[in-house]
This record gives sequence, C-alpha cells and structure tokens, in this order.
Amino acid sequence: MTKLETDLLDLLKEDCRIPLEKLAVMTGASLEDVAATIEDLEKRRVILRYAPMINWDLTDRERVEAMIEVRVTPQRDMGFDAIARRIYCFDEVKSVFLMSGSYDLLVLVEARTLKELAGFVSGKLSPLETVTGTATSFVLKRYKEEGVIFDSGDSDRRLVISP
Amino acid sequence: MNYDRFLNQRIADVPPSGIRRFFDLAATMKDTISLGVGEPDFKTPYHIRNAAIDSLVDGETQYTANRGLPELREEIALYLSGRYGLSYDPGTQVLVTIGASEAIDLALRAMTSPGDEVLVPEPSYVSYSPGVTFAGGTPVGVETLEKDDFRLTPECLEKAITPRTKALILPYPNNPTGAVMNREDLEAIAKVIRAHDLFVISDEIYSELVYGGHQHVSFAAIEGMYERTLTINGFSKAFAMTGWRVGYACGAQEIISVMNKIHQYAIMCAPRQGQVAAAAALKSGRENGYEDVLRMRDSYDRRRRLMVDAFRSMGLHCFEPYGAFYAFPSIRSTGMTSEEFCSGLLKSRNIAAVPGTAFGPGGEGNIRCCYATALDKLNIALDRMAAFVAEHT
Repeated sequence: MTKLETDLLDLLKEDCRIPLEKLAVMTGASLEDVAATIEDLEKRRVILRYAPMINWDLTDRERVEAMIEVRVTPQRDMGFDAIARRIYCFDEVKSVFLMSGSYDLLVLVEARTLKELAGFVSGKLSPLETVTGTATSFVLKRYKEEGVIFDSGDSDRRLVISP
Repeated sequence: MNYDRFLNQRIADVPPSGIRRFFDLAATMKDTISLGVGEPDFKTPYHIRNAAIDSLVDGETQYTANRGLPELREEIALYLSGRYGLSYDPGTQVLVTIGASEAIDLALRAMTSPGDEVLVPEPSYVSYSPGVTFAGGTPVGVETLEKDDFRLTPECLEKAITPRTKALILPYPNNPTGAVMNREDLEAIAKVIRAHDLFVISDEIYSELVYGGHQHVSFAAIEGMYERTLTINGFSKAFAMTGWRVGYACGAQEIISVMNKIHQYAIMCAPRQGQVAAAAALKSGRENGYEDVLRMRDSYDRRRRLMVDAFRSMGLHCFEPYGAFYAFPSIRSTGMTSEEFCSGLLKSRNIAAVPGTAFGPGGEGNIRCCYATALDKLNIALDRMAAFVAEHT
C-alpha cells in the first residue's frame, strides 16, 4: 500500500462524498493520481462500495437484528467455505464470519419481525445438513459501529475561542 | 468602594486579552462553527486516559515530588534525548509544571529583574508579554514579517536589542502564524544570542506538529545554545491533553532550581493524575513509535492543506504554515481590519476566527484560523468564509 492509498482509504472511510479535488488537495497528490488510485482500489476490490451509515433506530422501519452463533461440520476439501456460502446467500443474512472459539460461524441476520427471524432460524438455517447447532442473540441497542458512536454524547466540548 | 489602593496597578493596568473580548462576543452566538480554538479536536487517546483512571482506582491521590513524579521526569529526559538530541538530568534539570504556561511564567519570574527587557516575537501567543510585565520586566516586541514567512530574522532581532535586553522568548512552531524555524534559521539567531550574551526561553509546545517534510529542531540542540536555553514543552498539543495541564521546563540546574523555588511555594506540584497520564503518553509513544501523535498529525496535515488551498481560492494571500494547527491568512484585500473582518464573519456567517491583533499589533491584517476542526464543519466554515470574502471584495 502506498501512502496515497492509505491516505485515501482513511479519508473515504470517514466521508466518501469528499470531492476528488479536495481529496487531491488534502493528500497533496494530483487530481489524476487521486482518480487513478481510487479506480485501481475499486478494481482490486479494496473498495467494495460507498454506503452511508444509517441509524435505523431513528427511522420508522421495523427491523430486528440477531447474531447467531452457528456450529457446523466442516466438509472434506471445502472446509467451512461451502457451508458459509450456503448461509450467506440468504437475503436475511447481512454478515458471516468464520470465528475462532467455541463455535464456527457468526451470522448477522436482519428481518422485519421477530416471527420472520425465528422462521429463518428454524426453517432455513437449522435444517442445513452440516449445521449442528445454533445460538441466537438479539441486538437490543447499537452503541457504536465502524468507529461511529450512535448515542449523541460525543459533542465538541472545547471553548469557542481559546488562545 | 474604590479598590485601586488594594490593587497592584502595574498588573491591574495590563489590558485584558484581545481574545477575551472576542470570546465574549462569540459566546452570545448560537451554533457557531469555530475556527478560533487553540486545541486539538481529538480527545486524549483512551489508553492514556485509562492510565489516570487506574491511578485513581489504586488510590494515588497524594502530592508528588515538587519537581514531578520521578518516572515522568525520566520519560521526559528519554523523550527529549530520543526525539531532539537533548540531554537533561531528570534529577536536577527537569521541572514538571501545570502546562507549559506555568513553565513560561516561572521562567520569567525566575529570570527577570526590574528594568530587564525580554524580547517577544510578534505576532505570538498572548501570554508572553503580560508574563514579562507580571514578572517586573519590560516586554519588547520583535517584529516577524509575512515576507519572511513569519520567521524571526537576525536583523529584526538585532534591531530590538538594547543594553537592558536579558532574554528572548522563542516560540516556534508558532501560534498564531504556524511558522517554523529550520536549523539554519536557528543558527543565525544563535549568533546574535551569543554576541549579545542573551538567554533564550524556547517554547516548543508545538514541536510534534510540523508538516511538509520539516523536522523540528530544538534551539538547545544548536551549537553553544544548550547552556543558554530553557526548553519548554508539554503534552497539550502533541497528545491532545490540554485539559490535563501538564508541561515541563528543562535547562541548567541553576535556573531550574530557582524556578522550582517559586513552583514549590506557589503550586506545590502539578496534579498527580495528569502526571501519571503524561508518563503513560511518553512511555507508550517511546514503545510504539509515537503512533498516536503521528495519526493526529497526519489528520491535521490533510486539513491544513485543505484550509490553505481554500483561502488561496478565495483570493486571500496565505503563506504556507508548516507548524502547529493554525493558518494565518491575510485579509488586507478585503479592505477591512482584522477586528472588522472577524466581527463581520461571526455576526453575518456565524464563523469564529481570531483577529491577528489579539497576538500583538504585528498581527493586523491577518486572522488566525485553526484547522483542528472536524472535516464536515471545516468545509462548511470555509464555504461560508468564501461567500463572506466574495461579498467584501
């Protein structure tokens, strides 16, 4: 990774709507270099997408989230990858991680209602033949995600003017 | 009741800080975006805060040694030798103070006798000249010019020296201009200092915040200047620890011991948890290559470029500030004074900046803008300032 690449990733992660011109000013690189570097990062799938971080609790959308610890039997030659794929293809599944520790996969699931989510676990996830057990925990409150604090207790406490 | 006879008139007559007046005006406004701050927008790194919490939980609530916790003085000595090539004995040459501010005050009080003149480059930090007056001396401004990138030049320094001159305050990287002094610049100053047998109080509080390939050089590291220099630094800017109030002075033990005499009677010691946190900051920095400092500096640097570029796009002349976290653009093209510009900007656009005149008469025509402000707010502030400038040119 070049300094320009890490600088751009840091800046875009904070705000991906910064115009190219300002990115160029802030990194001290030329506009062409910045544009080419970002395009390259996209091509190499280092940058996968540009998405806003949304606090859904402030919207009226009904939404239930759960983290499901899943124990599975790894398959010969495929390890955990094949079963992970079987799981992540479900629309309800937002994230899947292979974990160290007492279970194998951590699955983040989102549904509209509790009933729908229960239906996913009992009707779709558990019946998969390699899944040997699940433990579902519901998300009650989101405090911080991707470095962003959700409750608003993080204001600027500095004096307006100081020497 | 007339209190005049109860007051020390020499002190009562010192005018209030120009910043204070502006602060009162800004305090009446709501939802102001402020470029008028003088501190980082980062919080103290959490592991440093935790060191102070642990210390409190462990019941470390007692006085420390007057000169500061031995482990902090050790860390300061290691830091200054590793970072700037300065060698100080932690037992006799290091004094931990309540911010660099106390160190400056102690130095002036320890060294100044009535009639002594102390040279203060202008524009510069608001406390120096009043500090000299409080200490019984006479502050003498030394102009620094925009054409010299606000560096102190030997010519301007020579002009200000009289037979009464005792010391020079050397504040680089500079608040409010953002100017830095390179080794050659300092060597030229050292020649004058030697020729006139002067002493230097070097306030290096922004030493970690230099950009664009510049390297901070401590004045005491210039040949022949070690014994003539008091090195002052602290934790506020580099480690985002302004509210902790911890700084230090290092120099000849003869001077440090007299400063300590004032410090022990007036202050006793800097607050313990601040010292614990400061020691943790230096120790972790030494072990991880100062990654917190570098992360914050990188972030300031990006915003520095953004701000300077924005001023130039507005048509304001802005010299490249390579230190601290301020830009000091000229607003002369608007035909307004610094005060008029800042008042107008505050009242009509709700953006606070500090008139250059708050930092001495040499600041007329410029304003101080701090770029340690969240990027989204900085962009809004710069857009509004651009509209304000366009309206007045």
